[in-house]
Amino acid sequence: MELARFPLQRIALRVAEGIDGTLLVIILALSMLGFAALFSASLDNPGRVLNQLVSLSIALSAMWVTAQIAPQTLMRFAVPAYVFGLALLVAVALFGDVVNGARRWLNVGVTRFQPSEMMKLALPLMLAWYFHRREATLRLRDFALAALLLAVPFALIVRQPDLGTAALVGAVGFYVIFFAGLSWRVIGGAAALGVVALFPLWGMLHDYQRRRVLTLLDPTQDPLGAGYHIIQSTIAVGSGGISGKGWLNGTQAHLEFIPERHTDFIFAVYSEEFGLIGNFVLLVLYALLIGRGLVISANAATVFARLLAGSVTLMFFTYAFVNMGMVSGILPVVGVPLPFLSYGGTALLTLFIGAGVLMSVQRHRKLVQT
Amino acid sequence: MMGTAELRNYERELQQFQLRIGVAGIVMLVAFGVLVARFVFLQVVQHEHYRAKAEDNRISIVPITPNRGLITDRNGVVVARNVSGYTLEIFPRRVKSVEATIDELAELIEITPRDRARFKRLTVETRNPESLPIRTRLTDEDVAKFAANRFRYQGVEIKARLFRQYPFGDVGSHVIGYMGRVNQADQAALEQEGVDANYRGTDYIGRSGVEGTYERELHGTTGFEQVEIDAAGRGIRTLKTTPAQAGNNVVLTLDMRLQRVAETAFGERRGAMVAIEPGTGAVLALVSKPGFDLNLFVDGIDPLYWAELNNNPDRPLNNRAIAGVYPPGSTFKPFMALAALEMGKRTPKSTINDPGYFVFGDRRFRDSKPGGHGVVDLHKSIVVSSDVYYYMLANDMGIDAIAAFMKKLGLGARTGVDLQGEAAGVLPSPEWKQARFKRAEQQRWYPGETISIGIGQGYNAYTPIQLAQAMATVAANGAMYRPRVVGHIENPRSRERRSFEPELVQQVALRKEYVEFVKRAMAGVTREGTGARAFARAEYTSGGKTGTAQVIAMKQNEKYDEKKIDERHRDHSLYIAFAPLDNPIIATLVIVENGGFGARAAAPISRTVLDYYLVGKLPPGLQAATPEDEVDDDRESD
Repeated sequence: MELARFPLQRIALRVAEGIDGTLLVIILALSMLGFAALFSASLDNPGRVLNQLVSLSIALSAMWVTAQIAPQTLMRFAVPAYVFGLALLVAVALFGDVVNGARRWLNVGVTRFQPSEMMKLALPLMLAWYFHRREATLRLRDFALAALLLAVPFALIVRQPDLGTAALVGAVGFYVIFFAGLSWRVIGGAAALGVVALFPLWGMLHDYQRRRVLTLLDPTQDPLGAGYHIIQSTIAVGSGGISGKGWLNGTQAHLEFIPERHTDFIFAVYSEEFGLIGNFVLLVLYALLIGRGLVISANAATVFARLLAGSVTLMFFTYAFVNMGMVSGILPVVGVPLPFLSYGGTALLTLFIGAGVLMSVQRHRKLVQT
Repeated sequence: MMGTAELRNYERELQQFQLRIGVAGIVMLVAFGVLVARFVFLQVVQHEHYRAKAEDNRISIVPITPNRGLITDRNGVVVARNVSGYTLEIFPRRVKSVEATIDELAELIEITPRDRARFKRLTVETRNPESLPIRTRLTDEDVAKFAANRFRYQGVEIKARLFRQYPFGDVGSHVIGYMGRVNQADQAALEQEGVDANYRGTDYIGRSGVEGTYERELHGTTGFEQVEIDAAGRGIRTLKTTPAQAGNNVVLTLDMRLQRVAETAFGERRGAMVAIEPGTGAVLALVSKPGFDLNLFVDGIDPLYWAELNNNPDRPLNNRAIAGVYPPGSTFKPFMALAALEMGKRTPKSTINDPGYFVFGDRRFRDSKPGGHGVVDLHKSIVVSSDVYYYMLANDMGIDAIAAFMKKLGLGARTGVDLQGEAAGVLPSPEWKQARFKRAEQQRWYPGETISIGIGQGYNAYTPIQLAQAMATVAANGAMYRPRVVGHIENPRSRERRSFEPELVQQVALRKEYVEFVKRAMAGVTREGTGARAFARAEYTSGGKTGTAQVIAMKQNEKYDEKKIDERHRDHSLYIAFAPLDNPIIATLVIVENGGFGARAAAPISRTVLDYYLVGKLPPGLQAATPEDEVDDDRESD
């Protein structure tokens, strides 16, 4: 018995090494809620739940591996990952598969994947690396260069077109720049400029994108067209009430009124069945996750680590806020999944690697407060 | 130096970073606060609203249209039934352009301009239609053709629907009545009545005749199916079904064979005939010619045909038997004779001299026979139809007495028959004139006006059904019954019958001997009088009276010359009758518009009708198999 337990204990300790228990518990709790909603949304296609389980285990492994890598080592991946990601984006623009009118996917023989997804991590990695290098000698032109590093992949993704991912990539890049200390004055000026830039940007948008924005303002204008998603998901959320209709009892979900109900609109399914109480639980879990992430970045040992951790944390926040806002009808419908709940292996992988990064930063935090 | 500067710089940067982390945390909390507010708004404040919306989404109520009740005649002969037919229907909300869809369909299936016109009319008339038929009564070939090309037509479907079918076509069309598509006016009326829910899924509604009057009986109760549906509107499963209850069958008092015989006797002539059973008020036949083919209405009449019917100078849609008002002419005389006896103005024995004219003031009232009938008593006055006798009688009685007596017989008032659109007619009296006219000199009743009232002219204007009812009342010795076209209502499942008992309106106080006297005189008409030729060699006894009603007034010395007068200004030909003489079982009035002398046009029709009804004799040409041989075995199942 003693003999047998000894190696087991060692293995367990080794596996647990570098894993932040708090983060893991929060993420697993979110994943469980995700499975509950996904199961309900996939009664017609139970294979999906199994697929997601497989994805989850892959994503967990990836998280674990990432958590084992020290931030200093991660830094070495920054430039190659960014360049590789950029190359793939260019490849997509040239040879990508068109799905639903958008050229987002790259066919690599066995499977297709979205290089834009990779940019969500490659960009903050790159920017954090850059600011780390320029530490203490930071000037305004460094920020300008950082903005350029951000703008190139952003523009490529907008062109696909994939507004949701572009917004996320842009946001994550901006978070790095923000945490790096971009002066408030510049941020204010850029914001004002952005508002002005909205007008020419509006002209660049595709028709369906414009319609999505317009129907957000008044979804009833087009109840059977673009407004349909918002109207039906709002009905789902609203009809859930305080305590929800109960698991597997969501009529909106089961009668297929909710489009994309297992991916981007899974929150509608969740909210219909678990109600306001369920939403509260979800928001608290996200707040804990983000809070934990912010604490980790505040205690990070290096500039690179804290910038990376901070931007990844805010990426979680952006995902969650934009998705829930869109499903409940206060933000435009853009393709943003609900973190840790939506079906889809790629998104899950990105999120768990992000969590792994946080764990790695936490493990290599400053041990002595200065 | 450098080291401390770097350290300080580092310190400042870290502080700044931690400040920004704090800012991020606050931003997150604010953002989540916004979400919480939104959730509370949706899930608490507006929860009821969205709950109802979700419920609407989930369950669709699909109405199950009940089978309409059948209409049969008194012998069980089906006159209105349901047959299933295929229709090609367009779902306007599911097609981009209705016009383009019709054009595309026309490549495959014949669509006539009439179909298009009818479709357009339906589009205008129907409020928020689910689907509208572009073609009805598709052939099997059409159905097969469309089925093979279905994929090409979004929002177009073939539907099997029940249609009304009238085996007799235009026979009895005014009694049976036609159906029309439920239009906005109907919808509003149904809503007011509070029965609109029962008409969900019902496309057609009875508009006239029995189809109209007995709409509520015939319609039945709409069933409902609660179907769970998905966003695309496809039914997933049926949650609950409340079956429809078929409408009740309506059994007419009419004898369709008699009706057919009567209509055939009219041929192409315009006119009306009403046959009533004395002592019950049951209407045995009710003819208005020309008629119209009821089958043309069943799938939404096309505007061209509708205009044709409406603009036709013969006014086929008008039910002359209950809505046409005519001067009764000499058919009025038996009633006048009865009045004279009842009021003691004449006795059977008293005579007058008929020189062929009657002078009142400076006016000469002519007899239809130029030389007059010589010495005339009351019996002879009816048999030979002496005008002078009745000029004098009217003058002696006075308008008030005439009006009072005729009112008792129901003239000038609606009979209350169970059909819509009955006219009241005019029973002339000083009071009536007072109310009818505006100017003082017009409102005054002139004694000279009473004279022509005596022979059924002047302001006299009655509907055929009133005259038939008056005849039936006299035939039944004063028992006046409300005329009915429906005898009973039958539940199609339980076969339970609800009968309408004969409704005695009043017992008119008439002395039996006087009634008997008038009846004998009318029998004399058929033996030796104006009706003798028409009723030669009849195998039964009957009483009758011819009538010739002027359409235009003749000048004082003008002679009536049929050939010189426009066809539409020629006299109406009438014949009033009952049979047999003892214990009559039928009373009829026939009017042939512009038919000339009563003896010539109307009396032979009356003969044909009575021949059939009393001894089963069919006129030549009617021996062939008729649709009424199909008795009601082929009812649609519910």
